Amino acid sequence: MQPVIKVVKLSYYYDSYPSLDNISFAVDKGDFLGIIGPNGAGKTTLFQCMLGIIGDYSGEINLFGLDIRQNRKTLQKVGYVPQKKSVEQAFPATVEEIVSLGLIGKKSNKEAVYSAIEFVELNAYRDKRIGELSEGQQQRVIIAKALVGDPDLLILDEPTTGIDSTAQDKFYNLLSKLNRDKKITIVWSSHDLNAVESLANKVACIDRKLFFHGESEDFFGNEERMNSYVEFAMQSHMNLHFRMPKNGNTNSDKKTDGNVI
Amino acid sequence: METLIVIKKLMEMLFDIIQYGFMQRALLSAIIISIVCSIVGLFLVLKRHSLFGDALAHVTFGGITLGLFVGIYPLWTAYIVAILTAVGVNKLRESTIIPPDSSIAVLLTSGLAIGVILISISGGFTLNLFNILFGNILLVGNDDVIMILITAAVVIPVICIFYKKLVLITFDEKQAKVSGLNVTWINTLFIILASVSIIASIRLVGVLLISSLIVIPNITALMLGKGFKKTILISCAVSTISVILGIMISYYANLAPSGMIVLIMVSMFLLTIIIKNMKFTLNKIVVSNR
Repeated sequence: MQPVIKVVKLSYYYDSYPSLDNISFAVDKGDFLGIIGPNGAGKTTLFQCMLGIIGDYSGEINLFGLDIRQNRKTLQKVGYVPQKKSVEQAFPATVEEIVSLGLIGKKSNKEAVYSAIEFVELNAYRDKRIGELSEGQQQRVIIAKALVGDPDLLILDEPTTGIDSTAQDKFYNLLSKLNRDKKITIVWSSHDLNAVESLANKVACIDRKLFFHGESEDFFGNEERMNSYVEFAMQSHMNLHFRMPKNGNTNSDKKTDGNVI
Repeated sequence: METLIVIKKLMEMLFDIIQYGFMQRALLSAIIISIVCSIVGLFLVLKRHSLFGDALAHVTFGGITLGLFVGIYPLWTAYIVAILTAVGVNKLRESTIIPPDSSIAVLLTSGLAIGVILISISGGFTLNLFNILFGNILLVGNDDVIMILITAAVVIPVICIFYKKLVLITFDEKQAKVSGLNVTWINTLFIILASVSIIASIRLVGVLLISSLIVIPNITALMLGKGFKKTILISCAVSTISVILGIMISYYANLAPSGMIVLIMVSMFLLTIIIKNMKFTLNKIVVSNR
């Protein structure tokens, strides 16, 4: 079966320093992939490459079998939830108006908007300004916006950072429901290892390089592997600190075999 | 009852003044300009580009003086200079090297400086500088009315066509890019529409008061409106009422119309703040008494 996402030898350099270094992995239909890594590991950069926001990378990214750089229309099958950004209280758009923005380029469909709002349990807030909602509720509005176009793939970039724990639990339940009931493939980055362990069936650990990609239990059930990941992340940050040159002798030369690199 | 009498009196005054041709042109132009500026202004205010209109108006001043200096119809040079500058500043803003407010400051002062230098070189033009700086809607001619109507006929439909895309870009540019929108192209188109609207508005309030038309009705509407479309409608209403009242009062009291229009807008803004605060305080009292 053709993977939903296929990343092959992806590298991206920012100011000649590697943000992503020779990363390869694939995401199959129905997968719930949790991407973990420390701050500055390149998670957001990876998403920006996958979503076509960054285009000057080397390597290849295919979404639904098509190169994302040449087929931006493929993005219409993708829902995206960015890192939480605070919406100004004065922003006048209502929840309904924001959710309907997810249908740009598609046929307008009021019922789909209402059903997406209902799915994220914000029916009572449909006519409220988005700025008047709590941060957790605002993120659910963004999820509803991502869902309204009926995506096959949902990409979430640390969506719960800065949200209180009750709202986080509600958010995690929602993600689980989307993957289980709507069969949406989910790629989600998070610092919350407990949540990743309990929700995701696959895990990718990155810190500019891919350290591990595979079944969640193979990572979280293996203490030695987790310890070596911590060591790897620390080593990787030391390299950044000393500003390794573009073609420096780093661990990036080691080959990816779809598991521990 | 008293309100009805006041409204009746105002309507009588309005009917009295619209018998004059110059007043018909003034009111028609002012109403159209106020609607165009309110629509364009809401996006500018929410994008935190409130002073962009002010800066562009100053550049337009430079463009007008350039036209007069080289002997070309000044409005054409104003259009060319303003559109080119707007596109340039938009590019500069995207580069993220220079903070947006600083680029606006550079634009604002350089436009005015060019105008002043050209005036001093030429030894002063025959035009009334006061009218460019502060506007005079009562001097609007038929050509101006046609120009304003054409501007509205272009700006309003284009904004309607791109409405949802503009709202998404204003809300979050990154999400707009992921939705497959050509954000740079739409931003450039919008900034050109904003430039055209601002040039058309100079007759009404002049270079120095232009940002009032863009900012004040919208910040008033933002306190009242629930929903993007409703906010635009409220802003248009605030702006239209202000220009009609401003022109009427200035006519009867023999005052400068531009200043009066801006003062009425500011009064409506302050009144809205007071009413909102009173409502908030009353709600608090009701809740605490329960």
